[in-house]
Amino acid sequence: NVLIEGFYFLAAVLFILGLKRMSSPVTARGGIIWAGMGMVLATLVTFLYPNLGNLGLIVMAIMVGALPAWWLAKHVAMTDMPQMIALYNGMGGGAAATIAAVELIKGTQHSLIAQTLAVLGAIIGSISFSGSIIAFAKLQSIMKKSLLFANQQLINLVLFIITLALGVFIIIQGPATATVIIILFFSFALLFGILMTLPIGGADMPVVISLYNALTGLAVGFEGFVLGNAAMIIAGTVVGAAGTLLTQLMARAMNRSLGNVLFSGFGATGGQEMTEA
Amino acid sequence: MIEGFTALYIFMLAAFTGYEVISRVPVILHTPLMSGSNFVHGIVLVGAMVALGHADTTLEQTIGFIGVILATGNAVGGYVVTERMLEMFKSSKGGAK
Repeated sequence: NVLIEGFYFLAAVLFILGLKRMSSPVTARGGIIWAGMGMVLATLVTFLYPNLGNLGLIVMAIMVGALPAWWLAKHVAMTDMPQMIALYNGMGGGAAATIAAVELIKGTQHSLIAQTLAVLGAIIGSISFSGSIIAFAKLQSIMKKSLLFANQQLINLVLFIITLALGVFIIIQGPATATVIIILFFSFALLFGILMTLPIGGADMPVVISLYNALTGLAVGFEGFVLGNAAMIIAGTVVGAAGTLLTQLMARAMNRSLGNVLFSGFGATGGQEMTEA
Repeated sequence: MIEGFTALYIFMLAAFTGYEVISRVPVILHTPLMSGSNFVHGIVLVGAMVALGHADTTLEQTIGFIGVILATGNAVGGYVVTERMLEMFKSSKGGAK
């Protein structure tokens, strides 16, 4: 156990140093290699986790996930990089949501705080997942138009409230929650992510992807707390904070505010936005 | 297991660290850094492995399996994309610095 915690600690240090190096042009290339070493260490040492079953399934899933991701990332054109970031970021958000799903369906007895963070991480991760997939589809030109319809903002608000209400219900019910409710909860969170991203134009997508990147980080941090995993808490929170700042910087570089980017599809500037997209 | 205020302190310090680490980043590095931080939250793989490793029923195993696939995609894809971006960056810009 000391070995696992020690390696997680080392991985967290490597992530922070790696990000630090990536924020300067001179050292940027070394940064990703440092972070990469941290990731390999953390992944390998996790196999030593106490009572870890389904080892065959784990190795198989890693293979199934790694090979296409590696091949695709290697062969995609440089100009298509933003949508690849969106895709991989969405996968991370989805993974955070699945961790919450397994924990909630299993009905592990959590403290009130841990249960709340599990639900919050589930909402944020799901939104990041479905939203990033829409962002990917738009940038990849699978989806060309910004979908706008009457009362969109109101419908989104209602969806969000339903999601939150189901989340609160799950927090209160705890391990006794029926699986159907949990599935319903995830469905609404995913649907909200889709509808929230649909009206946003392609030109604004980099800012939105950066926002979802920060959200995934936050979700990972929350689920890290649920699992009692310090490496996930630290890496997730660092990305959450760095991503939020980065989102603001990117929006400012485009002379836009974040609210403007997210809600302009509905507001007074909506007309211009649509023709632009 | 990390509980209560210890977790809160970790959250706070990590948040400040993340903010501080990239506070003076030049505009050209915005997208590569977004990609880099996208890779870093691929650490979710560790959690997904634990979730699948402790899954019992078929439903839990299925969800956990999907989770590990997604998390691996995040980590591996995030790494390769970031590396390719920074590689291009070096050849065009690194020499000048």
